[in-house]
Amino acid sequence: MALPIFDVASDPGPSFFELVKRLGLVPDAPATAAAGLQGVPHGTTIAALRHASGVVMAGDRRATEGNLIANRTIEKVFPADRLSGVAIAGAAGPAVEMVRLFQVQLEHYEKVEGSLLSLEGKANQLAQMIRANLPMAMQGLAVVPLFAGWDTEQEQGRIFTYDVAGGRYEEVAYYATGSGGRDARATIKLGFSPEMNEPEAIRLAVKALFEAAQEDSATGGPDPVRGIYPVVAAIGPDGYRRVEDSELAEIATALTEELRSRGARQ
Amino acid sequence: MSMPFYVAPEQMMKDRADYARKGIARGRALIGTRFGGGVLLCAENPSKSLHKLSEIYDRIAFAGVGKYNEFDQLRVAGIRHADTKGYAYSRGDVDARGLANLYAQYLGQVFTHEVKPLEVEILVVELGEGSQESQLYHILYDGTVVDESNFSVLGGDSEAIGDRFGEMYREGWSSEEALRSAVSALSTNGHTLEVKDLEVAILEDTGARRSFRRVPAAEIARLMGSG
Repeated sequence: MALPIFDVASDPGPSFFELVKRLGLVPDAPATAAAGLQGVPHGTTIAALRHASGVVMAGDRRATEGNLIANRTIEKVFPADRLSGVAIAGAAGPAVEMVRLFQVQLEHYEKVEGSLLSLEGKANQLAQMIRANLPMAMQGLAVVPLFAGWDTEQEQGRIFTYDVAGGRYEEVAYYATGSGGRDARATIKLGFSPEMNEPEAIRLAVKALFEAAQEDSATGGPDPVRGIYPVVAAIGPDGYRRVEDSELAEIATALTEELRSRGARQ
Repeated sequence: MSMPFYVAPEQMMKDRADYARKGIARGRALIGTRFGGGVLLCAENPSKSLHKLSEIYDRIAFAGVGKYNEFDQLRVAGIRHADTKGYAYSRGDVDARGLANLYAQYLGQVFTHEVKPLEVEILVVELGEGSQESQLYHILYDGTVVDESNFSVLGGDSEAIGDRFGEMYREGWSSEEALRSAVSALSTNGHTLEVKDLEVAILEDTGARRSFRRVPAAEIARLMGSG
């Protein structure tokens, strides 16, 4: 490795993504179409919702390869930096790699420029990275993340969603995507209120994944036998916090109890 | 065809070294020192936005004196190197020694091959983990690397400042004591430095991944005032 010093004309600036492209660390998309690529694990259901003092993000723990379970304990919700998080659905390999690159991208900008990117700036950076992944998406390796964080200028939590082509949309209340996304969205819609506090939002997010797992085989429900619970993150003015498994286990027990009281036929 | 005048290599190197030294001596000095919980960096810097001290990586910091644009280019190159290395391998594989060697190679290359040497001196600091000692690598304009044991003074009247600071230095002292001694050593010719003339940063373990922290003006005032 030599010291990465560039000419003024070809300097990548504060962008780590541009830097790794210059250094040849980003693999080129395969030239030939490998349509219907088999045996690639896919992450499934993720959700995010706003509440009175921040946002909550959640993801189940299952990855699937076709109709098989590829992984029971995969994590789909990550801190992007101190004040934001990113959740992933789609081809697990490229998605996890994209998150890793995104995390370094934000920290790199902060160190080079000496200031934090705005939340809007972070959301746009992620859109550019998804757009760069479009050739891979065309071959079945689509990555569809959710981005959420605390906006220090507007002093509120905000949620951004994306399409495979890098389109960026802001959600005013909640969103869920992935294979169980529809069921999760329906659950959140019925329980949502903008005045919810953080514990209520966490409970609703876990419930959304719980209901999605009832309807969608690719979504994993809470698994008290193995001690596997969804990854839930709460983001507010104090930063990113991953919710403890003990707290999630209590919510899962209550949801199971609720299901039993319904007669458990549905 | 005209022939260039012959200049003895000794003379050429001496001229370049003098040129670089003059440029560096014009700038204001900084001190990097160990204390009980980590490493303290203290620079005389009246600017609030053009920093001399910077975070490179989780446990690595950078300090530079001399021409701002030249050491800032080195600072950014260091961040780029550390971030790419951590991304390609793992975060634990990034160390200050490797980075100090790269800086030394680059500065040495520029010193002998380019028209003008870089008028900078830099300090690369790594916070020790567990029982490991913190490392301070002082790199000169010609690529010389000095592995300093306790503290390092860069730029300005560094020899006199180093002598004054060396007399005050104590193994395992607190960050307050280290800061007060650094400020008094940096204050020359009866001119006492005030909080607005200082840039201070600390590398210490607080449980978080990133150990670099800028010390805000209010806290500098408090640290200097207590006792």
